[in-house]
Amino acid sequence: MISIEHVSYKIGDTPIISDVTTALPKGKVTALIGPNGAGKSSLLNIIARQATATTGTVEIDGLDVTQTDPRILAHKMAIVSQHVGVASRLRVRDLIGFGRWPHNHGRPTQIDVDKIDEALSQFDLEPLAHRFVDELSGGQRQRAFVAMGFVQDTDWVLLDEPLNNLDLRHARALMAHLKQMSAQHGKSIVIVLHDLNFAMSWADHIVALKNGQVAFSGPTRDVAHASSLSDLYNTDVQIHAQGEQFFVAHHGPL
Amino acid sequence: MFDKRLIVLFICLALASGVFLTWGLTGRIWFILELRSVKLVALISVGISIGLATVLFQTLSGNRILTPSIMGFDALFLLVQTSFVFSLGGVGYAGLSDLTLFAANTLVMVVAAVALFGMILRRSRKDIHLMILVGVVFGLMFRAISAFLQRMINPSEFSYIQGAMFAQFSAINGIELIASVVVLVMIGIWLARHCAVLDVVALGRDTARGLGINYDRFQFTTLCVIAALVSVSTALVGPITFLGLLVSTLAHSLMKSHRHALILPAAALISALVLVVGQTYFERIMRLQSTLSVAIEFGGGLLFLILLARGKTL
Repeated sequence: MISIEHVSYKIGDTPIISDVTTALPKGKVTALIGPNGAGKSSLLNIIARQATATTGTVEIDGLDVTQTDPRILAHKMAIVSQHVGVASRLRVRDLIGFGRWPHNHGRPTQIDVDKIDEALSQFDLEPLAHRFVDELSGGQRQRAFVAMGFVQDTDWVLLDEPLNNLDLRHARALMAHLKQMSAQHGKSIVIVLHDLNFAMSWADHIVALKNGQVAFSGPTRDVAHASSLSDLYNTDVQIHAQGEQFFVAHHGPL
Repeated sequence: MFDKRLIVLFICLALASGVFLTWGLTGRIWFILELRSVKLVALISVGISIGLATVLFQTLSGNRILTPSIMGFDALFLLVQTSFVFSLGGVGYAGLSDLTLFAANTLVMVVAAVALFGMILRRSRKDIHLMILVGVVFGLMFRAISAFLQRMINPSEFSYIQGAMFAQFSAINGIELIASVVVLVMIGIWLARHCAVLDVVALGRDTARGLGINYDRFQFTTLCVIAALVSVSTALVGPITFLGLLVSTLAHSLMKSHRHALILPAAALISALVLVVGQTYFERIMRLQSTLSVAIEFGGGLLFLILLARGKTL
């Protein structure tokens, strides 16, 4: 479990997150949703130690993220962020290989090679394995970064808007993959999402943020209603049920 | 085990060194050989320092255009030297032993560089334009302060600084050379052990931290190493602004790899090769009609403009 206790975060004098207390369940897919500027990415970055909370603590399975040795945390959680600059010319296979760094510290073994092969095939990257990362399209690059997070083989995987730039097929495949990892392998996934349809179909748990505070949180089916979502985004949102599937409608004229 | 391209570079460097030592060897052979080998070792040391420093700095700053020299590292070194002469006076400065001076220079340089460039890198890593601007402003400021101090000291004291101000491969100090080689060997051992970490650091601060690297401490150590390398090369021959850029660009396009285990030795070898071949050419063929540093600055400056025009990617 990731427990977030009274976390606040400021950039300069602007409060981004104000006194957030919530818990992200282990072994589930948790979606962080909310309007632009609600503090979703900031909260994810604080959990991932990329940003430091002004006040409050974040514990991941009982380890305080600011106090724990980064090498231990690298075995605990993997982070797939939105913006990764790749300075040198790097091939897709090598990029994914860096995900194994916490395990091999630069000396790859057969296990590492197998894991990388597995990730290449799972993320449909085999034909691109020897291409340079800076020559890929946005979606292909995104998939490579996600694959890099997966080979790190951690209990927790944190993803910041991983569906950006992905086409329908790859977005769906990625979400199905995340779901499978949590259902079959007991991995815990935390994912920042913009598309409510994806959140409704795949997330077990939802944490909704608005103006740097938790608007609501809980199991998806219990907390995500037309009214709560409409309030969250300040716009009319309807939910249509069709069998077991839920569709979030927000496309009509205002 | 070793990459073929590195072996070829090494053989080229060995051949070039052989030619440099033996071309036109007449008269008092041993005397000339001794002179030339001191110069050769200096050329190679300077080449290695500049090559390594540039690649390391580019890895830290996440770009391929900026080099320690462009960011004003060697201007800082000259400022440090000028301040020594200014505060100690010519006699005091000359009274210091070469080794003390070298050690003091390097130490002050390392402290100043880490303080300044650590801050710059932290604030502007993601913004290359800001970094160029800051580098140029710092470089100018260091040069301006040096020039100001130089105007205030008397001409005889100024001559002590003058020796350090221009790239010159003809007058090389033996003790400094030995100290430099020792520093280089130590840095070489450190780099050999941390090549793989540098590969991860090149992915950027966030990713490297996510993979469990203590990024800030590693950046601090690497900045110390860069400052020491710049001290070595500047102390031996004075500033050569654009050689690093030339060399790292060549090394990257030759090796086409992200691995520092390949790029660092390639940059070091190419850099040494350029200096040895260039010096041979200017001494033996051009009969010292022009100087090597002018040719390097011209070629490197041109490349810098081309890189800026083509943008960040290469």
